[in-house]
Amino acid sequence: MKPIEIAKDIYDVGVNDWNIRDFHGYSTYQGTSYNAFLIVDEKIALIDTVKKEFSDQLLENIAKIVDPKKIDYVISNHTEMDHSGSLPRVMHKIGEDKPLYCSKMGLKNLSRHFSQKWNYHGIANGEELSLGKRTLTFLETRMLHWPDNMFTYVKEDKILFSSDAFGQHYAGYEKFDDQIGDSIMPHAKKYFANILLLYSPLILKLLEKVTELGLEIDMICPDHGIIWRKDPGKIINAYAKWSSQAPEKKAVVVYDTMWHSTEAMAEAIAQGIVDEGVIARPIHIRSSHRSEIMTEVLDAAAVIVGSPTINNQLFPTVSDFLTYMKGLKPKNKIGAAFGSYGWSGESVKLINQELEAMKFDIIDPGVKIQYIPDQDGINACYELGKKIGKAIKG
Amino acid sequence: MDKYVCSMCGYIYDPKQGDMDNGIPPGTKFEDFPDDWKCPGCGASKEKFKKMRT
Ligand SMILES: Cc1cc2nc3c(=O)[nH]c(=O)nc-3n(C[C@H](O)[C@H](O)[C@H](O)COP(=O)(O)O)c2cc1C
Ligand SMILES: [Fe+2]
Ligand SMILES: [Fe+2]
Repeated sequence: MKPIEIAKDIYDVGVNDWNIRDFHGYSTYQGTSYNAFLIVDEKIALIDTVKKEFSDQLLENIAKIVDPKKIDYVISNHTEMDHSGSLPRVMHKIGEDKPLYCSKMGLKNLSRHFSQKWNYHGIANGEELSLGKRTLTFLETRMLHWPDNMFTYVKEDKILFSSDAFGQHYAGYEKFDDQIGDSIMPHAKKYFANILLLYSPLILKLLEKVTELGLEIDMICPDHGIIWRKDPGKIINAYAKWSSQAPEKKAVVVYDTMWHSTEAMAEAIAQGIVDEGVIARPIHIRSSHRSEIMTEVLDAAAVIVGSPTINNQLFPTVSDFLTYMKGLKPKNKIGAAFGSYGWSGESVKLINQELEAMKFDIIDPGVKIQYIPDQDGINACYELGKKIGKAIKG
Repeated sequence: MDKYVCSMCGYIYDPKQGDMDNGIPPGTKFEDFPDDWKCPGCGASKEKFKKMRT
């Protein structure tokens, strides 16, 4: 990707990672991008870098605009290596003594990843740095999603460099919301559901803070995917909605199965829910990536989980899903369990324990059926679905 | 009453304020938290906190 001038003298010098399909365990079926930004003012600043293997491309992109050695300041909004991985190459190229601005936690965390000898400047929240005509303001966004995260805001251009927040894993030649349209929203939603959901309370506070500060925002530049310039309010409103965790009239029935009995139960439950006029979807765990399932969970009112019993335990992929979901701390969910078994039948109890630990509202003890569900069994599942559908309708 | 800071994420606990978002009423001393108490910011354990100089 060649550099793109996103505003006068401000460039995206980042790269597309077209072929990545597994980003630290998150499925990226259309790749991703690592955005990095160069501001050419009286002083020249580079905001964030890219993954290590793309260091050359980053430096080539910068060189198309200015000699990299002329960079005066490097800003690290986030320590994670998709944005800091090229720092060693960049610092080596531009001079190891150049000031490196980051949050105080960034200073600690960068020192655990890279050289401790760099000329770190751990900012105070709200600190400013003048580039000449422009001023950078650094705003800590601790635990969104790492302790080191911060935003960099340029008040003269009303541009917010938001690090991972508002990002999407998407590689494309489109670089702006107006070029891609609504098809980017599922990617933004997936990013939120898998990276940020657990920090929803902090996001709500941050959005309040932004309103309180009266921060004017014409453009939001995240470190992944497209830039929001036509309608930054759209992604801000979407974040407000997702972090409020107000459920839609929708349920997901997530299960795994060995001989299709638990599967038949899942479909009967989903049918019961749908017959109450509520959207429902059975999701077979081994056919879907956990990050896709989480995206469906985000706005679902109910998460119904099914597993057969295997060696007195849950089917391992069901445990995987439950562990993953638990860490992301979804709120305001109805839950219920189901599963087929042969003799001991622990699965439903084990699922219920997990859902309880997640503070789901368990509206039914669940359905367990020995071996293959007969018509009575299917009816019991269907009735569970109806009960869930009614509860969702309220 | 001393303030404490989490060395892992920078969360600051101020006993004067408490942390009602996480169910801690104002006036609760850090020293009185149970040993298995976790940082409301990042989940780090209690021994990761350092007393703040005033
Ligand atoms: C999405 C995500 C969430 C993380 N959550 C935590 C966490 O809750 N607690 C923690 O101690 N570290 C957390 N980390 C930090 C990683 O554990 C850390 O980067 C570690 O060095 C990764 O080890 P690895 O290189 O073997 O994957 C998280 C990292 C990512 C990418
Ligand atoms: Fe990150
Ligand atoms: Fe990232």
